[in-house]
Amino acid sequence: MSTMVQAIRMALHVAEERHDLTDVFGEDVGPPLGGAFTATQGIKCAWNTPLDERGIVGASIGLALAGCRNVGEIQFCDYAYNTIDLLKLAGLQTWSTNGDWNVPMTILTPVGAGIRGSIYHSHSFDATATHIPGFKIAIPSTPRDAYGLLLSCIVDPNPCFFLVPKALMRVRSLPGEEIPGEPGDDRALSKMIDAPLGERAKWQPQWPETPDIFIPFGEARTVRSGRDLTVVSYGRTLPLCKKAADELSQEGIEAEVIDLRTLHPYDWPRIRDSVKRTGRALFVNEDSEISNFGEHLLRRTVEELFYELSAPPRLLAGAFVPGVGLADSLEMASVPQLPSIRDAMRQLAHHQA
Amino acid sequence: MSTSLRPVPRAPDADLSPELLLRIHDLMLKARVLEERLIAMYKQGDGYFWIGGPGEEAFNVPLGLLIHKGRGPQYDYCHFHYRNSATVLAMGADPTNAMRQMKNTATDPYSGGRNFCNHYSMFEWNVVPVTSTIEAQYAIGIGTAIAQKRAGGRGITVVTGGDAGTAEGDFASCLIWSSRPANPLPMLIIVTNNKWGISTPWTGQHGEKRISDRGKAFGIESKTIDGNDPEVAYREIAAAMEYVRTERKPFLLEALVSRLYGHSSASGANAVVDEADCLKGFEKKLEERKLLTRQQIEELRQKYAQELHEAHRKVRQEPQPKGDTIYENVFMDRDKVREGN
Repeated sequence: MSTMVQAIRMALHVAEERHDLTDVFGEDVGPPLGGAFTATQGIKCAWNTPLDERGIVGASIGLALAGCRNVGEIQFCDYAYNTIDLLKLAGLQTWSTNGDWNVPMTILTPVGAGIRGSIYHSHSFDATATHIPGFKIAIPSTPRDAYGLLLSCIVDPNPCFFLVPKALMRVRSLPGEEIPGEPGDDRALSKMIDAPLGERAKWQPQWPETPDIFIPFGEARTVRSGRDLTVVSYGRTLPLCKKAADELSQEGIEAEVIDLRTLHPYDWPRIRDSVKRTGRALFVNEDSEISNFGEHLLRRTVEELFYELSAPPRLLAGAFVPGVGLADSLEMASVPQLPSIRDAMRQLAHHQA
Repeated sequence: MSTSLRPVPRAPDADLSPELLLRIHDLMLKARVLEERLIAMYKQGDGYFWIGGPGEEAFNVPLGLLIHKGRGPQYDYCHFHYRNSATVLAMGADPTNAMRQMKNTATDPYSGGRNFCNHYSMFEWNVVPVTSTIEAQYAIGIGTAIAQKRAGGRGITVVTGGDAGTAEGDFASCLIWSSRPANPLPMLIIVTNNKWGISTPWTGQHGEKRISDRGKAFGIESKTIDGNDPEVAYREIAAAMEYVRTERKPFLLEALVSRLYGHSSASGANAVVDEADCLKGFEKKLEERKLLTRQQIEELRQKYAQELHEAHRKVRQEPQPKGDTIYENVFMDRDKVREGN
């Protein structure tokens, strides 16, 4: 079963073979490295750029204006901050021209904490991305979703962010969530599509036959059903929410866990219907808590579902501090972890009005 | 003023034909009258903001005449800035549309009343959306040039900006990406140097003697020219374009120009008197060469002033966009650029 990084690679391969993906580019994405996280190994249209994020985003917009479907990678989202005005421009090409142009481009970038990445390799980007209208935004939590969401981003006529939770890049699919066509044996897949260590100039990947899967934007996934509270999350914290919910089941608390998967557009009907049933809502993500996307969801919950609620809805997010510190204790204290998620769920479930 | 590194195709020595000179003058004059009309619109309350290019016509008209206009990578991609009104006019744009954008009418074909004046967007002619940021076009142009390099043919990417914008990192990005030995790009990188950055003069912003000198470090063919002389501009743009079209490599062209109504309406949009006026200089030459008389010039100016005034009156009657249209075209539901129409 594939890891998320292998799933991304397979999606890029399918896109360059069948969906006119012309360019995958960024720092170290081409040979010999094939990406800092190996996500672009074996991709024929992958090439290396100067270490220049503004050049990467600019080139992505320009290629898209010339009709070239492309994926530009920012090696860590921490380094996308000096490209904000170019990202704004990408998001407004269609709107500012009243429909004269569109830009079929995807900005792929690893996000979030979880690898002890310190101050400049642990940022989240969902709060920033959701402040840039004109983009569609995907953030997978499983390899299969990564595969299907990335393909949706690539074929979309609009600019897309594909945010990859770096803590989940090596996590494997759960049984039943495989990508059809991938070999069930991990080592067999690795032998087929992972570049060998050392000399690899003559290496050629052997791609498995995998189908087109296009996971629609705005279609969340209920990963666990429950009657007592609704937990809405995405990215790194999603599996933690699922685990916490499974544990709390031992205490008689049944949490419904929704993986939002895309942040714009997002699946409000699924959240609404679930919260209407449970009366309790917890939003979990790891971006810093002030002006957080979860705050928007919380605001909408209060405005539209106030009289359906049995308890004040909650947001559990990252601390509002300038960065995620390197020491294990600092990272653990900065972004939600299993214990803090479990505690928040338990408190919400037990809250008495 | 050349800082050329290796021999490049020389600008044609031959004099431009009288017909071409008169055509250039006609467009320069029309472009100037259009900008004056846009300024008048602003001052009459028929627009919120003016920014444009009076003083750059001697360079911008030849540029527009030499651009190979059309749709797709075989034609030139144009990454203009907001001072290229004379260029799009020379390409054949309807001046009424500039007024529509000034008046932010629903009929404005460039933005539907959403953007400032002189922020063009012309899909059919590869004129990509003009931005108010003064540098982003230098980074975005990299992408269209990559597509054109791959496509082959003679289509090139033309990027224009001002001297002040070269202080931004995107200008350096453009020099670096376009000159990589692994993949040099067919880009004509233009800087129209009016020696101002809003209110700060050149000496307050630049230590380099010539902006074109910056091309040297990258092995980019580079040149500084007198952008106030349309004959020089025509020949030099033609030569630089031919180099880029055939060699598939970048060329950095710095044109020294004037700024005749200040930065924008934010500084009053009033005529300045201490900078060279390319139109007056060219008209003097045409009179000396007996190609035009003063009376003919005045009649032509009157004709355009009248035409554009009438167009202004018409535009004034056109509807504003409705407020409930703000959510339109946030996203496109089809891939227009890939379909090519």
